[in-house]
Amino acid sequence: MSDVTPPAGEHAHHPFLQHHFEDLTQQHEASTLGMWMFLSTEILFFGGLFLAYAVYRVSYEAAWAEGAHHQNLLLGTINTAVLISSSLTMALAVYFSQLGRRIATFVTLGLTFIFGSVFLIIKGIEYHAHYVEGLLPGAYFTYHSPLAAKVELFMVFYFSMTGLHALHMVIGAGLLLYFMWRAWRGDFGPEYYSPVEIMGLYWHFIDIVWIFLFAMLYLIGRHH
Amino acid sequence: MTEHQPQHQVASIWMYVGVFLALLVGTWLTVFAAVHDLGILNTPVALAIATVKAALVILFFMHAIHSTRLTWVVIIGSFLWLGVLFVLTFADYLTRLWAIQ
Repeated sequence: MSDVTPPAGEHAHHPFLQHHFEDLTQQHEASTLGMWMFLSTEILFFGGLFLAYAVYRVSYEAAWAEGAHHQNLLLGTINTAVLISSSLTMALAVYFSQLGRRIATFVTLGLTFIFGSVFLIIKGIEYHAHYVEGLLPGAYFTYHSPLAAKVELFMVFYFSMTGLHALHMVIGAGLLLYFMWRAWRGDFGPEYYSPVEIMGLYWHFIDIVWIFLFAMLYLIGRHH
Repeated sequence: MTEHQPQHQVASIWMYVGVFLALLVGTWLTVFAAVHDLGILNTPVALAIATVKAALVILFFMHAIHSTRLTWVVIIGSFLWLGVLFVLTFADYLTRLWAIQ
């Protein structure tokens, strides 16, 4: 979309308005709708894992609680706060892009990237701790307990769900770098900020997935 | 041609900060609730707080509240299908042991 060249010296056609749309408002609405369609598939994609987790949780409640106790509640809580902060800076990036504030958009996108990176680093520290504890499912699983086999299944869910979530974050972080470049170039303003808005939809969706993962993997069964 | 029309109303910066603070309070609340024994209520409380936090993000951070009706159909439809997925699956798994009991 960025290779559309503006007509020389005229405002008749916005450089980022694609020819098959009536105007930028229609283009924006189509983009938003399309992104929500994609997020719809993502909700069901993660939903399948959530469902499988829930079915086994009903069957192996004690093992699931034991697994939750091996999560680092402090790091998990910090990471939740980090991700919520990244959602705030992402929302502010959309806000600043709507006002055409180029530097502020760039900085808030950059902060979102930094918060996202901090989240991934903390997640890595947690993964390492699980490995050391022998909770990595498969050949390195050395955890001993009467419920060990079922705890291993819990950890399979843990790594699948947080791993898929982390993959989304890595993709999101890459996209943030791209949009930082475009923001710096001055692509966005009151007329045209759809890409930042769509980036925001993706990022907030990742935040929502984590809000549920945090409750499911760290909190449920904690009180026992 | 289109330069004069804003695509959406621009929300206040304090609305975003307010939602952010509400999400932080929700996080604190859910951790607080999780380390206390609420009997059978622990899981429902954790899921309820997560749902409220998700709703705040969808409505305000994702601007669903200002989106078109067609977008609303997609958003609600997504969760409706997720609900079907859960309800039908649990209708099976939760009733399998009835014959044995």
